[in-house]
Amino acid sequence: MNALVLRAVGKTYGGRRALRDVSARFEPGRVAAVLGPNGAGKTTLLGILSTLLSPSSGAVHWGDQPLARGSDLRSRIGYVGHDPGLYGDLTARENLRFFCALHGSDATAGRVDRLLARVGLGDVPTDAVARTFSRGMQQRLALARALAHDPALLLFDEPSAALDPAGAAWLQAELAAERAAGRTVVLVTHDLEATAAIADQVVILRRGRVVADETRPGGFAAEALRGLYRDATGG
Amino acid sequence: MAERATSPGFLRQALRIAAKDLRIEWRSREVVMTMTFLAVVVVLIFSFAFVVEGARPPAPVVAGILWVAVVVSGTVALARVFDREREGEAIRSLLLAPAPRGSIYVGKVAATACLMLVTEAVLTALCVLLFAARADAMLARVVLLLALGTIGFAAVGCVFSAALLRARGRDALLATLLYPIIVPILIAGARGTAHLLDMAAPDLEAANFWTQFLFALDILFVIAGLWAFEPVVSGD
Repeated sequence: MNALVLRAVGKTYGGRRALRDVSARFEPGRVAAVLGPNGAGKTTLLGILSTLLSPSSGAVHWGDQPLARGSDLRSRIGYVGHDPGLYGDLTARENLRFFCALHGSDATAGRVDRLLARVGLGDVPTDAVARTFSRGMQQRLALARALAHDPALLLFDEPSAALDPAGAAWLQAELAAERAAGRTVVLVTHDLEATAAIADQVVILRRGRVVADETRPGGFAAEALRGLYRDATGG
Repeated sequence: MAERATSPGFLRQALRIAAKDLRIEWRSREVVMTMTFLAVVVVLIFSFAFVVEGARPPAPVVAGILWVAVVVSGTVALARVFDREREGEAIRSLLLAPAPRGSIYVGKVAATACLMLVTEAVLTALCVLLFAARADAMLARVVLLLALGTIGFAAVGCVFSAALLRARGRDALLATLLYPIIVPILIAGARGTAHLLDMAAPDLEAANFWTQFLFALDILFVIAGLWAFEPVVSGD
């Protein structure tokens, strides 16, 4: 698997610059957290990495291939947002069958059941539609949906928002498992505690610019990360 | 990691997306019931206004009522066709899948057209019943006109519906943007239907002209829709 490399990426909406000269490198087998205050450009960055947005300047490469909007490489990307990205009127199995089939991956009942079991939803009633699930169950199903096509890059946007402590702990274990599986994991979050517990790399954005980019394969101490964040953002 | 999956074909993806929408609708029947209810109300209101005891309304009036009901009920379908993608941000998952944007568009058009055709079956039966319209061989030609009009309507409407996915007041905006564009469909459908429903002497030549005109409009609108859908739905 290859590294994801951003070179001087900028994004402008109308006259407003959401990202300016953002350069970073995300390696496989690592969890990278993108931090920053509201409006720093984190979600825009994730939009560009997911190929749903195109940069106004600069370039993103995944290995030797450019990662542009609508690129075929999107079939190797899994995305979990703070909204689950599911159809509330379909059951868990119907949702997974649909997305597996759309990605051209195995959509058989056995595979779908294995995906559900992997995210702890193996015993979910077959006739329960997704909108009746708790927030935590929806987030688990969203992860199963994102993993349905066995992506090499996993993007998370505020994945632990609205999760209870047990759900957040489950998510951390999942992120660690994805890292161990050799995937590149990039998550956008405000949660410094969770970041310290799981991230190997921290990229801090402020007003669209990278103000800190540190990699510590052993992880970050919570206090050190808080200090880094405070120094970088001034808050 | 598993071996990379192969991307399924355009039409298969479109069918999957249409089947998903129809499955959701089959479960709730929410859109088709609302469409049919509105269409029946429109026809009933016009029937009170135009049906005088013992006198059959003229064919152009019946044709006009039928097509107005089609447009009103079809607008309900279009207003909802992308709502289910917006709820829970399912549209993001859909756009990240390796399905060509065109196949998403074709799937949405197909699903919308299916819902409209169900309502139109009820509408046509109601018009035959209330207005003593022709229920003979001409009816098959009317059905063809309705099907062609429905495809054109859905082809234009799905582009606008996608464009207004995140707009406030999108229901009002949808009708405002859509109706001027679909005027040619409405004219062709109503004129063609009127020629076919004429009890004295159906004008087949004129009806054929309007049928071909609708067919040409469908081709134009579907091509334009395929071209416009990608930038519209990406919304970058």
